Amino acid sequence: MNAKKNLVVGVVAFLVILGVLIYAGGLWPGNTGGPRLPSIKIGGPFALEAGDGSTVTDRTYRDKWQLIYFGYTLCPDACPTALSDIAGAMTRLGPLAQKVQPIFITIDPARDTPKVMAEYVKAFGGHIIGLSGTPEQIADAAREFRVYYAKVKDKDAPNGYLMDHSSVIYVMRPGDFDFVATFTHETSSDQMAERLRKLITSS
Amino acid sequence: MMHRHRLATLLAAALGVGLAPAGLAEGTSAAIAVTDAWARATPQGAQTGAAFVTVTNHGATDDKLIGASTPIATMAQLHRTIDDNGVMKMRPVAVIDLKPGASVTLKPGYMHVMLMGLKHPLAQGASFPLTLTFAKAGKIETTVKIEKLGAMTGTDMGNHGEMNSSGMSNMDMGGMKQK
Repeated sequence: MNAKKNLVVGVVAFLVILGVLIYAGGLWPGNTGGPRLPSIKIGGPFALEAGDGSTVTDRTYRDKWQLIYFGYTLCPDACPTALSDIAGAMTRLGPLAQKVQPIFITIDPARDTPKVMAEYVKAFGGHIIGLSGTPEQIADAAREFRVYYAKVKDKDAPNGYLMDHSSVIYVMRPGDFDFVATFTHETSSDQMAERLRKLITSS
Repeated sequence: MMHRHRLATLLAAALGVGLAPAGLAEGTSAAIAVTDAWARATPQGAQTGAAFVTVTNHGATDDKLIGASTPIATMAQLHRTIDDNGVMKMRPVAVIDLKPGASVTLKPGYMHVMLMGLKHPLAQGASFPLTLTFAKAGKIETTVKIEKLGAMTGTDMGNHGEMNSSGMSNMDMGGMKQK
């Protein structure tokens, strides 16, 4: 009886240790980059909604370099700057722009419906796609990209609030969707285009 | 190029003083000058916009910019953009101090007149009236020229990338002064 119990405990302990070793050693399937802690990984799966009602996930544009930017349409300063920088970079890239898919994801799904997002990004050009989703879908996507966002009360603002949010443009590699670079709204179109051209042509 | 444009603007303003009807182009009182007002075009359906302006105190005493209003939005508010380690925050600014001789330029990444509840989208090339309220000088109306979407300056000639890279790296470019 006692021996049996000891055996069970021993097997469980062995399996736990084995699991930890496999995980830490980077042997876990999918963790092909060698030892790496999950806490430093930026970017991951998301499933969101486009203006036409279709679902767009991290897999939809796996053949392209994806530029992922989180913001909201009521944002008058950083977001329009970032989006017009991205659109400018796409123009500068010329034919290489076909290998890039910029995606603008709202962190304000209550006001930014998929349709609002689609309409908003159209004005910038650059083939930017605007995505929204349920609050849970947005929270999941933001968590994957380590994006912070929070409502801030402002009685004069539409619906009584504005948003604080991380303003970072993530560059994700085709194929494995690995995070390779960041831009901000202060990165010029020229700088973005130059970096993207180097990334695209050296891959 | 920006210097030249600014000179041209000033010249136009000087020439326009005797010709233009009240409230057109550049607003002035005895002490306060409101110049170079511009806004970014907004996408269809946008509820908010941002206007930018330079206010200069040519008087001998302190004044304060304390508010803004425009018929094209239900609310206009002075806002500051704060970059808190990559997290962008917008906060209302109650007062912008204007010491004698001081000139404050509201611009992207710094401060703007937040336009909330836009009654119609801001179309590039169009313009709208904006009234700024000063503690001493009272209300001064100016005309805001609408530049392209995401423009970084009021002199943007359609080459945003270059304006951005130079404008952002050298905040004093074009003779703009912060207090």
